[in-house]
Amino acid sequence: MQTPGYYRVEGPYLRLQGQQCRRCNAKQFPPNPTCRSCGATEFDSCNLSGVGVVASFSEINAPPAGFSYPFLAALVTLAEGMTIAAQLTDIEPEDVKIGLAVEMTTRRIAETGSEGCLIYGYKFRPRLTD
Amino acid sequence: MRDVFIVGLGLTKVGEHWGLGLRELGAEAILAAIRDAGERRADALFVGNMLSGVLSGQENLATMLADATGLLPIEAVKIEAACGSGGAAVRAATISVAAGAAETAIALGIEKMTDVSPDVVTAALATASDHEYEAGFGLSFVGMAALIMQRYMHETGRTHDEFAPFIVQAHRNAMTSEHAMFHLAVSPEQFARSPLVASPMGLLDVAPVCDGAAAVLVCSRDALRPHHKPIRIAGSAIATDTISLGARKRMTFLQASETSAAKAFHQARLAPGDIDVAEPHDAFTIMTALTLEASGFAKPGTVLDMAKAGAFASDGDLPICTFGGLKARGHPVGASGTYQIVEACRQLRGDAGKNQIAGAKRAFAQSIGGHGAVAVSHILEA
Repeated sequence: MQTPGYYRVEGPYLRLQGQQCRRCNAKQFPPNPTCRSCGATEFDSCNLSGVGVVASFSEINAPPAGFSYPFLAALVTLAEGMTIAAQLTDIEPEDVKIGLAVEMTTRRIAETGSEGCLIYGYKFRPRLTD
Repeated sequence: MRDVFIVGLGLTKVGEHWGLGLRELGAEAILAAIRDAGERRADALFVGNMLSGVLSGQENLATMLADATGLLPIEAVKIEAACGSGGAAVRAATISVAAGAAETAIALGIEKMTDVSPDVVTAALATASDHEYEAGFGLSFVGMAALIMQRYMHETGRTHDEFAPFIVQAHRNAMTSEHAMFHLAVSPEQFARSPLVASPMGLLDVAPVCDGAAAVLVCSRDALRPHHKPIRIAGSAIATDTISLGARKRMTFLQASETSAAKAFHQARLAPGDIDVAEPHDAFTIMTALTLEASGFAKPGTVLDMAKAGAFASDGDLPICTFGGLKARGHPVGASGTYQIVEACRQLRGDAGKNQIAGAKRAFAQSIGGHGAVAVSHILEA
């Protein structure tokens, strides 16, 4: 990802900034030009809680170029109801299970070479707070 | 809309073609399809391909291949629907003839993947998923399939080893498939022990990186000639779902697969029980299972029982992956959907040699891009 691309996703990446539909009040993340629940196109911005549970996980041993391995990938279902894909951190593979309570933390996601910037964004770790 | 028939078939062997580039692979398949149809030129060329720009630095691919095959100044465009590109090209050719815009059209599926290192291919394949919110976080294409499989095992209580029959059968079928990449048998024990690529998936859950091209020539009823062995395209449909896995209502059900299959069956006025042979999108073991369930060949949660009982073997109720499927014939991604159609036509013509399913009259093929984000279904009839 290059710098302008990162600029466009900074809110979602750093603050889990999603949308709330002005018509049906559904919250969605990642942002989408139309509401996946009712098709409306007017939204208010809303930051998500960042807490959720692991819905699925995988230890990745063959990552794409630009990522070191192994790492833990997961689908996390957030308290607001939507599911997002992310990496897990601060946990050993044998300690992960479906249903594990997790929370968002900001970490470095990728380096994109000499023209790019360091990409920071969300990962999820075992929940420290109640 | 007019009836459309497949009258020409062409393909290259699938494998690591160090000596052949996009130009040579594509020309071999296209020229073979034209010869098979009786040296007919075509009105249009649709090239299904996913990665020529990313991996070979070559776009404007359809024009290049029109030039390479002596078909200039033919109308030619590239069709991209990730790993479903080959099926989508067949759909585009079908539409052009059905609508009367062309009397004959060629659909080519082509992919050249082996010129670059595995991590570059992995990154390229991840372009089929949501770049900003999935691939950009390091979630490889294999990784996403693994997340679906883990969830399926959690919801159904199934184990990884129960997926073995799909792999054993695919490799068994490929043993006598001349154009297949692999000619080696795989045992359930080897499947269970294969090194983990993305838990719970091992190397043998995953279709291989390879090169290949396959083409069909389609025509209208008016363009049929006595020497043709026409296969009618009875159903042809594409459906889409969210590109990001997380946005799906259910992670373990492929809605686009169900919708496109249902549309194709409706067009053909047939039901899954009428199908004699099927070519599902078996890029990963979990995808074989989910596409068979979503397309109506198995009730959700029962497909592994059917596989264990031999339902999908060559002598079963619904033989699948009859030349080895994506797993053992090989998965040159944007070409796989066209290979499926060529192989299904061979079955319906009775030209499948040692892989012939006796009496096959109706075939189903489904090609998928992303993890069920786009699904292309075709129903073919002898």
